[in-house]
Amino acid sequence: MSRYSVFSLLAHALGGHRSWVPAWRDAAPTEGYDIIIIGGGGHGLATAYYLAKVHGITKVAVLEKGWIGGGNAGRNTTIIRSNYGLPGNEAFYEWSMKLWEGLEQELNYNAMVSQRGVLNLYHSDAQRDAYARRGNAMRLHGVDAELLDRDGVQKVVPFLNFDSARFPIQGALLQGRGGTARHDAVVWGYARAASALGVDIIQNCEVTGFLRDASGTVTGVETTRGSISANKIGLAVAGNTSRVASLAGLRLPIESHVLQAFVSEGLKPAIPGVITFGAGHFYISQSDKGGLVFGGDIDGYNSYASRGNMPVVEDVCEGGMALMPMIGRARMLRSWGGIADMSMDGSPIIDHTPIDGLYLNGGWCYGGFKATPASGWCFAHLLATDTPHETATAFRLDRFATGHLIDEKGQGAQPNLH
Amino acid sequence: MRIPCPYCGDRDVQEFVYRGDAAPRRPDGEDGMFDYVYLRDNPAGAMREHWYHAQGCRTWIVVTRDTVTHRIEGAVLARDTNR
Repeated sequence: MSRYSVFSLLAHALGGHRSWVPAWRDAAPTEGYDIIIIGGGGHGLATAYYLAKVHGITKVAVLEKGWIGGGNAGRNTTIIRSNYGLPGNEAFYEWSMKLWEGLEQELNYNAMVSQRGVLNLYHSDAQRDAYARRGNAMRLHGVDAELLDRDGVQKVVPFLNFDSARFPIQGALLQGRGGTARHDAVVWGYARAASALGVDIIQNCEVTGFLRDASGTVTGVETTRGSISANKIGLAVAGNTSRVASLAGLRLPIESHVLQAFVSEGLKPAIPGVITFGAGHFYISQSDKGGLVFGGDIDGYNSYASRGNMPVVEDVCEGGMALMPMIGRARMLRSWGGIADMSMDGSPIIDHTPIDGLYLNGGWCYGGFKATPASGWCFAHLLATDTPHETATAFRLDRFATGHLIDEKGQGAQPNLH
Repeated sequence: MRIPCPYCGDRDVQEFVYRGDAAPRRPDGEDGMFDYVYLRDNPAGAMREHWYHAQGCRTWIVVTRDTVTHRIEGAVLARDTNR
């Protein structure tokens, strides 16, 4: 792998940009691997990269049914943050944030990580108390959190509708280290770095079944490009986890739901960071191209269709107009839907499955993007050492049976409410 | 989506509340309670699911809907389904 730098950029520029080569090898499957990762999204590629980099396991294949980064990695709203309240979550997401902070140097790839701040607005005394509690929980974990009053918010984002009759803004919880990253670049950066370490990235290769030995242990996969054997197999196919797991006879505490996102036409810089509306479900940031990127709730019914329905479009836009009427004249450029792996408590799963040789990374709900680096790190740790990483010990598959749920929103076993 | 409520006819999905897969049956005892509460088939394709017509006739109905295309095959009153 040739290193990217200002000098390599200059050299290519002087050569009329005719000398660029593909960033990663388009590998064909060989007969067997130590570890196969199913799913060539951010999580799968990060897992493969850390397997090779941290654990020295390079006989690894990443199998992707389409093209890498063509699933949810290309359908999110690119927000990174670690502002969680529960102990099982906070250490993990903060580990992810720390990895984000060094990601570009680590991968030698510009992932456009921009720590422009995440501002969670509160609109009532009770909500202020809840946010203060969450901020305190964050600080106890060594994470930055700052509770702003109304004046503090007004200094940063004066354009909000502070005196809305129904939902006046009282203040906000700010995580200054939160922000955004370039979703495609994250995938491409991990793919390039993993490929350089010897990982085979195999696209257009859909898993159609699992190979099992007499004891039931998983020994490989059947794919549209032939059978491939492996000692261990990791699932990182959030959105389709139930489908792929069912090929091995597993039923999981997961439902697939559609989450819509929206982007406006490009505008001059207007919104400094990420802003979330506390009285409805609406969040917004501005991409480096100028488009306002925003979204809200999941549609609320099981879906594998990568598109949603009008009521949520209306609800999201109403939230936007209530919070910042100035966006009312911006035109929506496009909208899309991603399939969220909604788990029964709203938190992810990184664990062994009851089937020997098969490991699960899923249940990311609508929050998988920010978790990409730590998800890869912890899944690689589990695959390589057969023990959970210290920041991911709570993400067990059996927690639903044992009662050790991580229900950040407190909604109970109803995925469409998380 | 428009849902064909057996009482009210075709109504906008906004009038309904979603409850999920209609297949799980509450067990009599503790056995099977974990499966009932947490595990789901989560099919890609036709699925029978509970919807509540909150802003209409306020009855629970079972809708057969394709989760890949959002196409709705039909709906019946939940109390008429085989329990």
